[in-house]
Amino acid sequence: MQMANIVTIAKTVGANRIVQTVSIPHPLGDPNLTEEEQWNLRRHRVGVALDGLMQEIEEPSIFDVTI
Amino acid sequence: MKKAIYYLNQFFGQIGGEEKADYRPDIQEGVFGPGMLLKNWLEPDIEVTHTVVCGDNYFGSKKDEAVEIILDLLENKTFDVFIAGPAFMAGRYGFACGEICKAVKETFNVPVLTSMNVENPAVEMYRKDIYIFSGGRSAATMRKDVPTMADFITRLLAGEETLSAREEGYFPMGIRGETFVKPPKMGADRAVEMLLQKLNDDEYETEIPIPKIDKVPIAPPLADLNKETVALVTSGGIVPEGNPDGIQSASATKWGKYDITGQGELKAGEWETIHAGFDPSAANENPNVVVPLDAMRHFENEGKIGRLYHFLYTTVGTGTSQAEASRMGNEIANELLEANVSAIVLTST
Repeated sequence: MQMANIVTIAKTVGANRIVQTVSIPHPLGDPNLTEEEQWNLRRHRVGVALDGLMQEIEEPSIFDVTI
Repeated sequence: MKKAIYYLNQFFGQIGGEEKADYRPDIQEGVFGPGMLLKNWLEPDIEVTHTVVCGDNYFGSKKDEAVEIILDLLENKTFDVFIAGPAFMAGRYGFACGEICKAVKETFNVPVLTSMNVENPAVEMYRKDIYIFSGGRSAATMRKDVPTMADFITRLLAGEETLSAREEGYFPMGIRGETFVKPPKMGADRAVEMLLQKLNDDEYETEIPIPKIDKVPIAPPLADLNKETVALVTSGGIVPEGNPDGIQSASATKWGKYDITGQGELKAGEWETIHAGFDPSAANENPNVVVPLDAMRHFENEGKIGRLYHFLYTTVGTGTSQAEASRMGNEIANELLEANVSAIVLTST
């Protein structure tokens, strides 16, 4: 599972399971948010990544995040 | 006189370094930085009238917005060609150059060009859509890469004949054209010659290259993640304070592994990033934003994963050649396989 900001690059270099991150310098956080908001965001996206490991896929896939 | 518009990132556009990488796209009259060189090579046939500048992180994180803003900025301008870069081996800049060139070509139907090093992932992403000239690894080759593009543009806009991708120096777009060999030689003769060379194990060159696609087989899903060991790997350069293994900040050839037993999170001051490709302030303030150890511990305690592997694997993914990246990836993967790790979460910056 790759967690990447520019998901098209991840796809091009051969990653098959991808979750999009927030930005390049802070993939799983955002200094503009509160600590609690950042924690919720990080826990959510890492959770999506772990769920993705259990999913059957036919082609390179980007798993949707909601936060 | 024909008109050109030029695209640069915040660095070459002289706005600033990493701290300005969120710079919103704007357009200005005239040329900056490498634009001076381009201007000199295009004169007197083509004038570079405007320069668009956009921060690499802005483009990377808000691609749709960035493209829309730039297309709006170009809407009322008259131009005959759009040029971006060179982006050398810079991944984010290459992505921006490729994406904006493609969008400009589709919207305004003008020729678009850029230049990158063969190792830039954006070459594979965009070479079928736009002219990408084969450039050097760093700005040291600017004086060679810009004139190559300029010479091609001048002939292209003058309606002169252009040669094949290889002869001109851009990456093949996968377009096959009909052409005559000089001096003329019948197809049957060429085919037999090639066959003889092949039978003799001599070097020969096919006239119809078939592209090789480097696909990675898709791993089957894990049925019982709650019984499996998962490892954290990063190309974001997170290392123990002081970088004990001396991993390079760019063009890395080394990776490190660090014991995270008993650590619930990566503490600021104990861990830092040595990655030279982005502003490190957020990562140094809270290294978990790059390597989410705290979130992985949460899911380990919750029982979603069986166990988090007790080593964190790290390297730096900026300017790193694909050959080195593949080697390091293989070495890390082999260690993890031996340790019975079933899955990894790889975070990249």
